[in-house]
Amino acid sequence: MTDLTALTLEAALAGLKAKNFSSVEITKAHIDACMEGADLNAFITTDFENALVAAKASDAKLAKGEGGALEGAPLGIKDLFCTEGVKTTAGSKILGAFKPQYECTVTANMKQDGMVMLGKLNLDEFAMGSSNETSAFGSVVNPWKPEGKNDEELVPGGSSGGSASAVAANMCLGATATDTGGSIRQPASFTGTVGIKPTYGRCSRWGIVAFASSLDQAGPITRTVKDSAIMLQSMAGYDPKDSTSINKELPDFSVACDRSIKGLRIGIPKEYTIDGMPGEIDDLWQQGIEWLKDAGAEIVPVSLPHTKYALPAYYIVAPAECSSNLARYDGMRYGVRVDGEDLNDTYEMTRAAGFGKEVRRRIMIGTYVLSAGYYDAYYLQAQKVRSRIAEDFTNAWETCDALLTPTCPSAAFPIGRPVNDPVQMYLNDIFTVTANLAGLPGISVPAALDKDGLPLGLQIIGRALDEETVFAAGAALEKAAGFTAKPKKWWV
Amino acid sequence: MSDNNNGVTAETVKKIARLSRLHVQEDRLAHLADEMNGILAWIEQLGEVDVEGVEPMTSAVEMPAPMRADVITDGGVRDKVLANAPKSEAGYFVVPRSVE
Repeated sequence: MTDLTALTLEAALAGLKAKNFSSVEITKAHIDACMEGADLNAFITTDFENALVAAKASDAKLAKGEGGALEGAPLGIKDLFCTEGVKTTAGSKILGAFKPQYECTVTANMKQDGMVMLGKLNLDEFAMGSSNETSAFGSVVNPWKPEGKNDEELVPGGSSGGSASAVAANMCLGATATDTGGSIRQPASFTGTVGIKPTYGRCSRWGIVAFASSLDQAGPITRTVKDSAIMLQSMAGYDPKDSTSINKELPDFSVACDRSIKGLRIGIPKEYTIDGMPGEIDDLWQQGIEWLKDAGAEIVPVSLPHTKYALPAYYIVAPAECSSNLARYDGMRYGVRVDGEDLNDTYEMTRAAGFGKEVRRRIMIGTYVLSAGYYDAYYLQAQKVRSRIAEDFTNAWETCDALLTPTCPSAAFPIGRPVNDPVQMYLNDIFTVTANLAGLPGISVPAALDKDGLPLGLQIIGRALDEETVFAAGAALEKAAGFTAKPKKWWV
Repeated sequence: MSDNNNGVTAETVKKIARLSRLHVQEDRLAHLADEMNGILAWIEQLGEVDVEGVEPMTSAVEMPAPMRADVITDGGVRDKVLANAPKSEAGYFVVPRSVE
């Protein structure tokens, strides 16, 4: 019998519909894969019992020829999405045994469409990190290993490291993720998977634990571009409960994947290269240009002059919003409380014990840049620079329809790599963070293996609300790259 | 290094920690000051950008704040609200004394 965990989401949905196998069968196959892969530490909480209940319900619907767009498909959910009755941690100790009494809009949409939820996936604490090493539940291990170095464990990227690792290791057909500065696309690049951050406002943020509200956006991590289109179609949509939700009809993303890119103008931003970037990444970028050219696209050089200011602007805006959002964790209404001498002491002890180092660091930076006397110099300046960055893109769209860039300046790196300077870790997001600041859609597509046999991704960034072009160009890259490599299954 | 041009000192860290409601041990203050100065020094480069006449970007989507009717849409779920409380009693949150 075919390995049901090796199927694409698209093929699995077709197989379920054709009754080639049942949802219970494919769900059981994935539960086995999740148990085999326990050492990857991709899940914080599994919910296999309810998964099988959901699978049975899906089979009953499928038997009658009914069912939604994700009917019977076993998927994983990043543990930042509140799921009714299932522990939700945000990768932090501070929430304790928090069990949401409600369902976030994105997973409610997916459940409505028939998803089978396998469990909650590990992440950097409050989605703050680029390696999944800041999780209070331990690092996630990347299923990929450098060639000839079997004892070396690599990070899966972050913050959606559990999602990326689980999808790459065939533990689920796809997973939800979120992206504030690159947290979908960077882990996708590190694990040979596809990840798309849609336009800000496409997916409702209602019920997703907030990090930086003006930047946070949900999206899928999957094994193919088409699978991402299928998942995003279900996740996205207008939601009056999120005041930044976009009230526009969703286009058919799957159809867009098959669209020709003949005549499409692809911009190549000359600023997307940094000192010390491996030559292979530059070579891959050139290869990507050739691939798109061969598919009929026109290549246009463009300039985004404020690119180098994107990360420093991000590291004001994101911590500022984080310090405000995370003020709610006071140990009074939910989560863990550490009793102190008085109320203020209780707050301080609770938060010092509950938050990890990187979260505390960002809260402090955010509090500092928002504090009296510094607001104009830091926060206001950063918001103005953010306008400049968005303006760069607006100018670029006069001569091109989408941009091609590398996703990350490196491949996956070893777990525990000493980071003396937090800024060094922040540089991971240098090519992805601009799309968050400007609210634009961006996809990472696996394109090649580097000299150590590790995956590298290429990124397509599109105009606001033009995911269709992003999917079309992403699918063209995927087709040309023919990336079929899989990590060796060492974890069984 | 704690007294470079950003001027975050151990004393500043103490103040910021207080505002952030984060307990920081005395012997960590100097190290945190160094770390914050490092990050802020890197952020300083934003000062180079010409932002003359530029409006600050406050939202990633250009749309007016949506309005809705001012009616009750939720409620009557006291037990759900209290379900995750670290301490509750008789339908209330139990919190430390806040007025001496």
